[in-house]
Amino acid sequence: MMGVTAWTYLLVGASFLLYIVIAIRSRASSTGEFYIAGQHVPPLANGMATAADWMSAASFISMAGIISFSGYDGSVYLMGWTGGYVLLALLLAPYLRKFGKFTVPDFIGERYYSQTARLVAVICAIFVSFTYVAGQMRGVGVVFSRFLEIDVTNGVIIGMAIVFIYAVLGGMKGITYTQVAQYCVLIFAFMVPAIFISLMVAGTAIPQIGFGSIPDGEELSLLARLDGLHEQLGFTKYTLGSGNTINLLAITFALMAGTAGLPHVIIRFYTVPSVRAARQSAGWALLFIAILYTTAPAVAVFARTNLIDTVENKSYSEIPRWFKDWENTDLIAWVDKDGDGRVKYRAGNALDPAKPSFLEDRGASGERLLSNTPTRNANELYVDRDIMVLANPEIAGLPNWVIALVAAGGLAAALSTAAGLLLVVSTSISHDLLRKWLRPDLSDRDELLAARISAGVAVCIAGYLGINPPGFVAEVVAFAFGLAAASFFPAILMGIFIKRMNREGAISGMLVGLIFTASYIIYFRFLHPELDTVENWWWGISPKGIGTVGLCFNFMVAGIVRSFTADPPAEVMKMVEEIRLPEVK
Amino acid sequence: MSQDSDVARQYWRKNLKIISLLLTIWAVVSLGFGIALAPWLNQFQLPGTEFPLGFWFAQQGSIFTFVILIFVYAWRMNRLDDEFSAGQDGQ
Repeated sequence: MMGVTAWTYLLVGASFLLYIVIAIRSRASSTGEFYIAGQHVPPLANGMATAADWMSAASFISMAGIISFSGYDGSVYLMGWTGGYVLLALLLAPYLRKFGKFTVPDFIGERYYSQTARLVAVICAIFVSFTYVAGQMRGVGVVFSRFLEIDVTNGVIIGMAIVFIYAVLGGMKGITYTQVAQYCVLIFAFMVPAIFISLMVAGTAIPQIGFGSIPDGEELSLLARLDGLHEQLGFTKYTLGSGNTINLLAITFALMAGTAGLPHVIIRFYTVPSVRAARQSAGWALLFIAILYTTAPAVAVFARTNLIDTVENKSYSEIPRWFKDWENTDLIAWVDKDGDGRVKYRAGNALDPAKPSFLEDRGASGERLLSNTPTRNANELYVDRDIMVLANPEIAGLPNWVIALVAAGGLAAALSTAAGLLLVVSTSISHDLLRKWLRPDLSDRDELLAARISAGVAVCIAGYLGINPPGFVAEVVAFAFGLAAASFFPAILMGIFIKRMNREGAISGMLVGLIFTASYIIYFRFLHPELDTVENWWWGISPKGIGTVGLCFNFMVAGIVRSFTADPPAEVMKMVEEIRLPEVK
Repeated sequence: MSQDSDVARQYWRKNLKIISLLLTIWAVVSLGFGIALAPWLNQFQLPGTEFPLGFWFAQQGSIFTFVILIFVYAWRMNRLDDEFSAGQDGQ
C-alpha cells in the first residue's frame, strides 16, 4: 500500500509532466499566437481554459472553507463570482471579440481615442494582476509545504519554473491548452472527495442533492441538524444571514461587476474564432465553473458537521490523528481554558491575537502550548478555514490517493490562474506600453521577444512576491474586485452601449470611481481599522461592497461631464456602430 | 444604405430587448430571491428537498439560472445574427 507522500509525488509529477509536454507542443511563433492563441481556440476548450483561468487557489482551497465558517453569508461569493459571467456574456464579451485587437487597454485606448485612457487602463491591469498573482504563488508554496514537506521557498521556485516554461514558450497558445488540462485535473480533484463524502454523510453520490436531504436513519435533515448544532454552540444559524441586506447586495454586485471587469478573464474571449463562439464559450465557461461552485457549499456543510461532531466536547487524547497533524502545521490550535482536557468549540475568537503563535512546550493533555492570551469567551478552538478542503479527505477517512489528488488539484488551480495573470502583465508591457506608446516602429519579431522577456521578468517578480508576501496581499486581492467594478467595467460598458460617451466623460468617470473606492478602502482597512464597523460605514456598506457605490459615481460623473463636452470623433462613433453588428459571414 | 442601417437599428433594438429581459431574471433570482427576499422565502422549502428556499437560491438556484441565461442568450443571438445576415442578403 502506497503512502500519501508517494501518491502525492506520483500525481503531482504526472500532472507537471503533462503540462510541459503540452507547452512544448504548442509554442507560439507570432504575436498573434502569443497574445490571443491565433484566435483558433474552439468554444468548448476556451470554456474549460476560462474556468481554470478563473478558479484560483482561493476558489479551490479557501472558498468552501469560507462558506463553511460563514454559512449563508458566504453566498455573496458564490453568486458574485458566477453572476459576473452573465454580465460578461451579455454586455461585454461578444463586442470585445468583435472589436478584435489584443488587450483590454487596446479597447479603452482606441474607443476613447486617448493615450491617457490607455495608460490608466494599463496601470490598473498590471496592479490588479500582480496583487492577484502573488496570492497564487503563495498558494503553490503552501501546497508543496503541506503535502510534500518541501519548504515554501523551494515550492514557489518549482512552481515558477513550470509556469516559466509554458508561459514564455507558448504565450496564450501554450497557456490555453495547459489550462484545459489543468481544469480537468482540478475539477476531478475537487469532485472525487466531495462525492465520497456525500456518499458517506448523505448516502447520495450527488453532493448538490445530498446536502439538502435527510440521511438514512435520521430524523432531521443535514441543514436542520447543523442549524441546531450552531444554535446550541452559540453561532448564528447556518442557513440564516447576519441580516445586513444592503451590505450583502452591495458586496454581491461589486463582485459581479468586478468579475466581469477583470482583464485576465476578458482577454480569454479574444482567443475564440468568432462572436458566436465568444457567446457560446461564456456559457461553457460558467457551466464548468458552476460544477465546482455548486459543489463547494455542499462540501462546506458536510465538513462543518463533521468538524463539530469530531471535536466538540471530545477529550484531546481521543481525538483522531488528523487533528494533531494539522496542529503540527499550525492550522489548528486548542487552549484548554477550563482545564477539563476536553475541546470546547464555541462562537468567537479563542485567542488574542486571533492567529496562534506556538511555543515549544506541550500542555497537560499533550497539546501544543501558545503564547497568545486566551480570550474571555468559552471557545477553546482555533481552526484555519483552509483546512475544510485540505483536510476534508482525512477527516472523512478517505484513501491515500484521494488525499494526494487534492494537492495536484490545488496546484493546477494556482498555476493556471497565475499563468493567465502573467500573460496580462506581459502583453500590457510589450503591446500597450512598447508597441502602442513608446516604440510604434517595433517589428513583430521584436515585439514577440519583448513579450517573452516581460513574461519571464513577471514570473520572477511574482515568485519574489510569493516568497516574501507583503502583509496586505490578502486584503488587496479582495479589493481588486471593487476597483475593477468601479473602473474597467463601467468604462467598457459605456464604450459599447453609449455611442456618444466621450474621452472626457470616460476618463473622469474612471478616476472618480477609482479614487473614491480606493480611498474608502484605504481609510477603513489601513488608516483606521478600528473604525471598520457597520456604524461608521456609509449607508452601512462595508469596504468589500463599496465598489458598487464607486460604479454608480463613475456612471454619474461620466454622464454629467459628457453632457457639456464635445462628441467623440465621427470615426469612433462609426467604430461603435460597427462592433454592435454581427459579423458578415 | 438607409435600409441597411434600418436593419442594423432593428437588430440592435432586439438585442437590447433580449438583454434587458435576461438581466431582469438575473437580478430577480440572485439579488432578489437570493438576498432581499431570502429571509421570507426561507419559510418554504424547495419541493422534494429539505432546502430552505431562500438559502437554496443563494447557494444553488441562482448559479444554475446564470448558466441557463447565458446559453439562452447565445442561442437567441446566434439566431438573430442569422436573420440579420439573411435580411442583408435580400437587399
